[in-house]
Amino acid sequence: MPPWFGHRYATLALLAVIIGLLPLFFPSTYYFRVASLVWVSAFAAIGLNILMGQAGQVSLGHAGFFGMGAYAVAIGPTHLGMPVWAALLAGAVISAGLAYLVGRPILRLKGHYLAIATLGLGVLVALVLTTESRWTGGPDGMSVARLTLFGWRVSGSSAWYWISGGLLVLGAWIALNLSETPTGRAFRALHDSEVAARVVGIDVSRFKLQAFVIASVYASIAGSALAMMNGFVNPDQAGFLHSVELVTMVVLGGLGSVVGSIVGAAVLIALPQVLTMFQEYENLLLGLIIIVSMIFMRDGIVPTASKLLSRRGRA
Amino acid sequence: MTILKATGIGVSFGGLKAIDEVSFSVSPGQILSIIGPNGAGKTTLFNVVSGVYTAGEGRVDLSGENVTGLAPDRLAARGLSRTFQNLQIFQRMTVAENVMVGRHLREDCNLFADLLRLPSVTRQNRATREIALALLNDVGLRSSADVLAGSLPYGACKRLEIVRALAAEPRVLLLDEPAAGCNAVETEEIDRLVRQVADKGIAVVLVEHDMKLVMKISDRILVLNGGMTLIEGTPREVRDNPAVLEAYLGKHGAREAARA
Repeated sequence: MPPWFGHRYATLALLAVIIGLLPLFFPSTYYFRVASLVWVSAFAAIGLNILMGQAGQVSLGHAGFFGMGAYAVAIGPTHLGMPVWAALLAGAVISAGLAYLVGRPILRLKGHYLAIATLGLGVLVALVLTTESRWTGGPDGMSVARLTLFGWRVSGSSAWYWISGGLLVLGAWIALNLSETPTGRAFRALHDSEVAARVVGIDVSRFKLQAFVIASVYASIAGSALAMMNGFVNPDQAGFLHSVELVTMVVLGGLGSVVGSIVGAAVLIALPQVLTMFQEYENLLLGLIIIVSMIFMRDGIVPTASKLLSRRGRA
Repeated sequence: MTILKATGIGVSFGGLKAIDEVSFSVSPGQILSIIGPNGAGKTTLFNVVSGVYTAGEGRVDLSGENVTGLAPDRLAARGLSRTFQNLQIFQRMTVAENVMVGRHLREDCNLFADLLRLPSVTRQNRATREIALALLNDVGLRSSADVLAGSLPYGACKRLEIVRALAAEPRVLLLDEPAAGCNAVETEEIDRLVRQVADKGIAVVLVEHDMKLVMKISDRILVLNGGMTLIEGTPREVRDNPAVLEAYLGKHGAREAARA
């Protein structure tokens, strides 16, 4: 393999090139919309992958934070007269705050117990968003004010394509930065052996909490971006199914792999669009494809592929 | 001069006393071995002293301070490091990264600097890696620095775990069966390594079954049986103690000890 392979700037450059050149192949604006959805979901998945892939802690309620970010840009400008960008920041800060408060007690739990506790958290957030209809519009959701950047009213699929693409590069850059630093190494160490991590002086609960907060901020920003892009929010974005979708993106693409999260998001968002030609068999096929790829690529798509490549490179 | 002192340590699981009123102490540069048959409470004693088990009686002093019941990461910050009987290597990290994690307490760890990977983080990374490579070089693992630790052979993992513990620059090192499962050459390596550690002024407490190794390198030996202290003394005193020889080491162990 060439020496630059796997270097974070090579990965980022490749990602930027793909984002930059992809529109050349788009036959219609509809494709801008699908691709933007992929970028936004990938952004959330990258954050969740820091928690799951690096620190080894599961969250089945991550859509809760996604929903909080989404509703922040809906509620802030409509009810509180905030500028949209300030609402986005407020959403991220509130998500981080909630993650910090709730994370402390629940991150003591391990494995299945942690999964159920985070699931509960997500369900609670979705419940609040559904029932506080005076603020949130209830089950029907509410509309989101258009984003204005430096006097430019952002609208149209292609504008959002570039904004979400830029956001994704930024999110990937930060996640790639983190892995090989004292913090990233602490995450990966406690993932492999908590007791050994403790013994080398790692404050395990502090680092789990950090990973949880980082992942919640990613999800919240992704939620805000999607809400602004759609001009609309509804409680499904905070729902359990969406949480499962995010976890699936991470695991299918590859735990611990930033590129994997993007691939996982692309598969989960774009594949159903392709499969619509099979009409009523769409969901069946999607499920089958996920099952088969997990059986044959247990480490996820990207880690399995790169292992194959490196084996061929050596042969 | 004592650096680590454990006084009246006791642990019970259910109604069963796993260890009862065990005391020991070590000085810098000294090697203390804890021996005894399986189930004598050696590893349990280690787990209490290193903070892995919090429930226990007795008192632990490190550098003259009472550290009883402190969490392992706090104890690590005060200079206590350990290895495990069942290897606890970070398998999905490279060999060099394992040692770099061992430097955790010696590194500045700032979340925001790390998220942006500021130049200071890159500089520190480079320096930490240099230190890690030098340590790996000492135990002949330099050439495996960039392979995944999970793919190392058993004996190499044992050495890696010791090096990881040393990377923290501890004042006290607890080694839980460092030579278990090692062949003669690997045991020789461990022997050399442990002596080097002690020569640097680090206090070493060793749980070990290899009597030849224990008799050779220990300054003092603590013999446990059924969770209680049978005798504490120099290797010669332990070897010559009839109770240890017959009732305790058994005929085979007695013969081996006599040969050493």
